[in-house]
Formats: sequence, structure tokens, C-alpha cells
Amino acid sequence: MKHTIALIVENRPGVLVRIAGLFSRRGFNIDSLTVGATDNPDYSRMTIAVDGDEVVLEQVTKQLNKLINVIRVSELDPAESVERELAMIKVAARKEDRSEIMQIVSVFRAKIIDVSPRSMIIEVTGSQDKVEAMVRLLRQFGIKEMARTGKVSMVRGTKVVGP
Amino acid sequence: MGKMSGAEAILECLKLEGVEIIFGLPGGVLLPLYDAIYDSDIRHILVRHEQAAAHAADGYARATGRVGVCLATSGPGATNLVTGIATAYMDSVPLVAMTGQVPTNLIGKDAFQEADITGITMPVTKHSYLVKDAKEIPRVFREAFYIARTGRPGPVLIDLPRDVTVNELDFKYPEINLPGYSPNLKVHNLQIKRAAAALMEAERPVIYVGGGVKYSDGHRELVGLAEKIKAPVTTTLMGIGCFPEDHPLSLGMLGMHGTKYANYAIQEADLILAVGARFDDRVTGKVASFAPQARVIHVDVDPAEIGKNVRVDIPVVGDAKSALAELAKAVEEKPWSPWNDKVAGWKNDHPLGYARDGETIKPQAVLEMLCRLCPEAVIVTEVGQNQMWAAQFFTHGDPRRFISSGGLGTMGYGFPAAIGAKLGCPDAEVFDIAGDGSFQMNIQELATAVINDVAVKVIVLNNGVLGMVRQWQDLFYEKRFSGTTLNRIPDFVKVAEAYGGLGLRATKPSEVEGVLKEAIDSDVVTVVDIIISPDEKVSPMVPAGASLSEILELEKVDQAAGIQRSYPGYPASEVLELEG
Repeated sequence: MKHTIALIVENRPGVLVRIAGLFSRRGFNIDSLTVGATDNPDYSRMTIAVDGDEVVLEQVTKQLNKLINVIRVSELDPAESVERELAMIKVAARKEDRSEIMQIVSVFRAKIIDVSPRSMIIEVTGSQDKVEAMVRLLRQFGIKEMARTGKVSMVRGTKVVGP
Repeated sequence: MGKMSGAEAILECLKLEGVEIIFGLPGGVLLPLYDAIYDSDIRHILVRHEQAAAHAADGYARATGRVGVCLATSGPGATNLVTGIATAYMDSVPLVAMTGQVPTNLIGKDAFQEADITGITMPVTKHSYLVKDAKEIPRVFREAFYIARTGRPGPVLIDLPRDVTVNELDFKYPEINLPGYSPNLKVHNLQIKRAAAALMEAERPVIYVGGGVKYSDGHRELVGLAEKIKAPVTTTLMGIGCFPEDHPLSLGMLGMHGTKYANYAIQEADLILAVGARFDDRVTGKVASFAPQARVIHVDVDPAEIGKNVRVDIPVVGDAKSALAELAKAVEEKPWSPWNDKVAGWKNDHPLGYARDGETIKPQAVLEMLCRLCPEAVIVTEVGQNQMWAAQFFTHGDPRRFISSGGLGTMGYGFPAAIGAKLGCPDAEVFDIAGDGSFQMNIQELATAVINDVAVKVIVLNNGVLGMVRQWQDLFYEKRFSGTTLNRIPDFVKVAEAYGGLGLRATKPSEVEGVLKEAIDSDVVTVVDIIISPDEKVSPMVPAGASLSEILELEKVDQAAGIQRSYPGYPASEVLELEG
């Protein structure tokens, strides 16, 4: 079972290590983890995708809450939040494949951000499902390299996850 | 308060936190701090190994309820503290560990005596700080002491690079501002009501108590609640002393080496009220068959403990003392019940005991004798058989008078912890109940104790082997005693004398009372070498991975003879006489 947790943490050295260390020590599985600035320079926001049942999720949440540098822990209900991930995919692009690749790019509303004689880099943004789907389709041409951000997520409407 | 150096600021912080004593050992990067200590009123106890500094600070904290403080230099000094910090972490002991660090400009360069101690200790500290600027010292120390002693207590490490202790700052002690830390002490009214209703409905309740009751000073409230609803009370190793063990409602300790009647009561209970305990595997045995018929109320100040190991029906987050007080108010008086009769029957039929042969010294009898001679003693233990016998055969009745490394099970803990306890409670008679294996792990602290006139008494239950491991080899590994024979070296009497203490020895049962009396009367550091059989076992026992119902008696048992006071409203029990 996949869960998404949003964390507001103090923007101090060592905080990421504490969180990563907690996951490894307690045997929790991280699918992805992203960190970035918030509007307040004192705080950062993390989005962690966790795999586990309800008991594991409860322990993860409680253990994260015990860390002094963690200000807020919220589980984001996928039905009530929007999530996005950005991926850059360097795909082999022979002459005869180019038009098909460009069609796929257009269907997914992705972008071609670099072109060379034998490859192109495609930028795609969307839900993880969408990124997965695109990756599956591009695999036939040969994926040479891929960089994904991991997902970020936010609750719909006026509800706020903040310090 | 004006300008001062980082080192002076550190000592000012310690003074403001009420610290009277620190345990430490200097090194290169700590020279500025030790230079400031030279002029300070704070007492510094120089240990012989940094591990002992951490254990002594821990023993001091457990005996007094105050925050213990230890200090070690960078690199190996700091890494030597790790076992002590981990011990304190597992048992939720308030500790502030200060470590020296190489100057900030050398951090990360693999400098001489550099170790990433905040990184190394991250999994075993409640929080930690690497101070990079002298200006941060007041805030960091204020926070560290606050975090160490509040909520679920624990160790906090402060890493102090050399230049930070030299640089100047304007000293101002700030207010606490920790947006990510707000220990939830106040119990939820509705949960108390639900818990109280469950206690009233229950026909076969058991109260299961851990160290949380000790640390919140909730033992009086516990007795109040238990007596009001006539609920039997069992304690973990960490909870020992929270409920008087000669009380008619006491079940003693539960778990692997608990009493049979405590384990039977747990397995038959229809309700368990767990307070400040964490359902450790040594307590539950096989979790799936632990207390199969019981609903569980779990009171803990740390929400992460609730539901971690067992399913909980009624969670109560908050301070144990106030939860027990609120519960006692919310329940009504209950009469002595058929359940109480049943439990009393088990106590009668399956008493704690050991086989007396009249020829060899029985370690259990040593503990019983010590309890008769000095019932008010502070009992500190090492780890292994000595620890279990001390838990089982001394009749405990005061929460701060039993000190033991429960969670981490650290051999070598007892002696330095006893030194810390004695320095915290100088009027108390402090005993380290030791084995010959454990005592040798920090035996060098005899120097610390002798030089500082810390007259602790070490009772070495000397079986010449690593007894607890050997017991398992005896029972489960066909008596293949691999790596567990110590050969009765050294001569502990001579060792004690070599350090300037008093050494005593008993080799037969008739000598035990005499040497114990002599040790109690001694006003110097005393080591009592008591020769026992390597085949002596800790019994009863739940084999690893078995259910509590499968508790075994390892030998024929004659009933133990602990102290027994009378309690108003309960029938007087028979008192057994001691042998020898």
C-alpha cells in the first residue's frame, strides 16, 4: 500500500540525515523523497512516498513526529490531493522513429528539450501514473538515461500543510 | 551578562541548569573547556574510561531524577561514550553528553581524533547538536537540557568544536523556542473515561508497569489505583520498585525470568492496563500468544510506543503519574474478587524460589540476606544472571532504589552507574550486584571510586563464567560451553586492595552474613567476592520465542524468603526464615 506524507521540517543541516536514518533504522521503505524550500526560509518541505500497511504508516508518522526538527507530519489522501512528478528521459531517436516519438510527446503534453542526431531528451510532468505510462511507451525506442524528481503533492482546496 | 568565552558560557549554562557534578575525561580539543572547569564550582569526577563517564551520569540521573552530564574528548573519547549513550536511550534516561570536536575548519578533513559523533549517535540520541558558532551555546544548552528531561526523557549530545569553546560571545540565556517539540503530558479526559469504564467492567484485570511510572514519580498514584480496584500489579525490570513487592497485590516481575504467577495472570487476564511500558520481547514472549484474552489499555507519554508491538484497544497518551491519578479518581472501589483469590492461589502454588543444598553459596540467598540486612539499599546491577537474581530475590519497594540496564543490557554498566548513584545520593547505601564477567568490563573505575571516596559496595557473584550465556548453552546447546569460561581470574580481593579499597571473600554459606555485614559497615570502596557454582541458574524461565504460558521451572524449588510487611486490610502472609 502506497502512502504520501508531507513534512514541514526546520531548514537546518542534518535534518535530511535524521529522516533518512529513521527510515533505514526502523525498516521502513521509502519509494521516493523530495526536499525543497517553502515560502518561509526557516522551513523546508519534504514529500515522502512510503510503502507499507496502516500499522507501518502509523509508526512512520509517530516516529517522524518525535524528531525535534520535524514541525508537521501529514498524510495526504490521494483522493483529496494533487500530485506531480517531473521526469527527464533521454531516448534513442533514430531517424525512422522520430515522428512516432514526437507523436507520443504530443499526446502526453510533454516537451522535447534537447535534440541530437541520435537521441532526444523529453521532459514530462504529471502524476506518477502518467510518467510511468510514458516511460513504458518510450522503452521500445531505447531509454538511455532517466532522471525523475519523485513526486510532490498538495491538498486540494483551502486546507494547508504548514508550520 | 557581558562577553565571555565559549567554555565559560558552557559552564554558565550548566550552572543555570543546576548541574552540580559532571563525569569526564579530558583530551586535546577540550583543553579550553577543562581550563574553565579548573575555576568552576561544578564538581568534575575524572573517570578512567569514557564509557564509565556516561554510565556514571546515567546512574546519577536514575537515582536522583536529575539530568546526568558527561564529557569526553573528540574521536575515541566520544566513541567510548556511545555504549553509555545507547544504554540511556534504551531506558529513557535524561542525559546530556558533551563531546569535544576538532576545530570547525578541520571538520570533514579526517583530522587527528576526528569522529562524526553526531552522525554515529543519531540512532541512539533523543536529539543532538553540532555547535558551529559560540553564539549558539546558550540556546543549544537550554534546549538540550529541556529535551533531555521532558516528555519521554533521553540522552542529548552536544558536539563542541575547539574554536567554539574559545571564541567569545555575549551571554544571554534564551527562552525555549522549539516549534517541533511539544511533549503531550496532559491526558485526554475522554480516554480516561473509557479506560476507567473498562477497568470497572473487567473481571480479571492486571496492571503492567514499566519505567515510565518511575520517571514520572507516579508510584503513589499507582498504589492508590491498584488498591482501589484490587488489581494485581506486575512490573517490568525497569518498573521494579514502583509497587512494593511485599504488597498482597504485587505479582513481582513478569516476562522471561518473571514470576510464574505474574505470567499466568497476564495470560488469563481479561484486561491489561499497561503504564509507561513498551511490550518488549523479554516481557511478552511470543507476541501472538501474549495475553490472548485481554483488552489492552496503554498509557504512555510517547505516542509512538502505543500500538508499536501489540494491538491497543484504549490508547492514553500522557504522563503516567497524572493518568494514574485521573484513573484512580474515575474508578469506584472494588471488592476483593474471585480473580484475586485465583492469583493468590498461583502465588501460593508457584512461589519464586531456588533449591537450597546447604553446601554451596546460593546467589539468591545472598540477595535475600542483603535485603534483610539493608532493606533500604540502592541496588544497581550489572547484566546477566546477577541482574535477574537481584531483580527476583531482593524485595524491592522504592522506584529509585533499583537501577539496571534493561533495554540495551549493558555488561559493565553497574559499577560506574553505582558510583554515579552514590554521588547523587551520598547518604544511601549503594550496592553493585555484579558477576565476575560484568565487573571486569569497568573494573578500572575502582580508582575513580577510591580517589573520590565514593564508598560503593560491589557484590561479585563469582561463578567464574559468563553465567547467563552458559545457562543457555547448558539448556539448549548440549552443554557445549563455547567461550563462556573465565577461569576465576583475577583475585578480586587483591584487585580491590591494589586500588586501595577493601576486599572480602565468602566461599561457604556460613560466611555470607559476616562479609555482607562487614561490607555494610565499611566506609570505603568494598568488593565482596562471593564464590558460587557455575551451574547455578536463573529460574523460572520462558524459553526464547515461547509463550508466557510455557514458563519453566528449571529445578525443584524451595520458597524464597523475601521480606514481608503487613498491609492493613489484607491477610498477613507467612514469613519464611532464612537458611544459614
